[in-house]
Amino acid sequence: MNLEIITPDKKVFAGEATAVTFPGTEGQFQVLNNHAPLVSTLGTGDLTVEAGGAKQVFRIDGGVVEVLKNKVLVLAEAII
Amino acid sequence: MASLKEVRNRIVSVSSTQQITKAMKMVAAAKLRRAQDNIIQMRPYAQKLGEMLATVSSGSETGSDSPYKKARPIERVLLILVTSDRGLCGAFNTNVIKAAMAHTEANYADLARRRQVEVLAIGKKGAEGMVRRGFKVDGRFQHLFTKLSFVGVKEAAEAVMEAYASGRYDKVDLIYNEFKNVATQIIRVENYLPIADAAISGQGERTNINYTFEPEEEQIVNELIPKSLKIQLYRAVLESNASEHGARMTAMDKATENAQELLKELKLVYNRTRQAAITKEILEIVGGAEALV
Repeated sequence: MNLEIITPDKKVFAGEATAVTFPGTEGQFQVLNNHAPLVSTLGTGDLTVEAGGAKQVFRIDGGVVEVLKNKVLVLAEAII
Repeated sequence: MASLKEVRNRIVSVSSTQQITKAMKMVAAAKLRRAQDNIIQMRPYAQKLGEMLATVSSGSETGSDSPYKKARPIERVLLILVTSDRGLCGAFNTNVIKAAMAHTEANYADLARRRQVEVLAIGKKGAEGMVRRGFKVDGRFQHLFTKLSFVGVKEAAEAVMEAYASGRYDKVDLIYNEFKNVATQIIRVENYLPIADAAISGQGERTNINYTFEPEEEQIVNELIPKSLKIQLYRAVLESNASEHGARMTAMDKATENAQELLKELKLVYNRTRQAAITKEILEIVGGAEALV
């Protein structure tokens, strides 16, 4: 699926990912391919992106995520 | 007529001033490009956030009970003034202050007389100007421009939101320069708080998609509203920043041009004076030679 992480200052990540783990306000959750449409708010914590075996971690400070048709859009307030 | 030496000194001083204005123009141009880049960076975020807010709030039926939506009878007003830290940018800051005065006069004349209109200044010039006009100015966020980033603006927005939620202010307006192009700035007076319903609901087109919401729609809306408020302020600050550099660029361009004109005139005077002195000397020599014969 396609993942985009943007903050008001810059685009942090754009590309393909196989699994993404989010620090949701209601607890951590993971999004895989073909996930159902979802909107969730995010708290402060680690956002982990898995792409082709490699892992990448972003520490975000609040935000919101939208998942729609294999497009994941993360609006993070700030990357710490 | 001025002496040769005086004119020469003027020429030197004008041309060194011209060098400074030229350099300032270049610097402003470079900074302007960066400021514009910042705006472009921020745009997708703002747009997506707006869309998301529209999607979520169109899905919720009860509407949100955000503290930032509740309108109250207006007893106390806060004006957020976005200006620059530095001068030499034409009427940039004066325009904002003028707009603030006109806006106050038109809408809150009564409250202003009772000193119930306060100012939050972003940018030093606005703070100084409003203090001089007898307003109570909160200068905590005056220096946001020295290191411009979303984090700083976010803090300012949070402080304002908190003051509104706690009932310290009943209305918050935002006044800033919007960037149209390098030569043109548009003064904007925007309603900041309470947030208008239309700003939230927007045109929710994608309502037919069945989203899973986590947590509930209302809660998400309540979380998104402050985010969009922060973005609104950030946008205003960025627009103002770009406008400032644009305004300075045009002002310095004009100054360089004027200096050029002045130099031309001075050179003319210089040459004329020099010629006159030479003519006079020749006349004296000829006169002296005639007297001898």
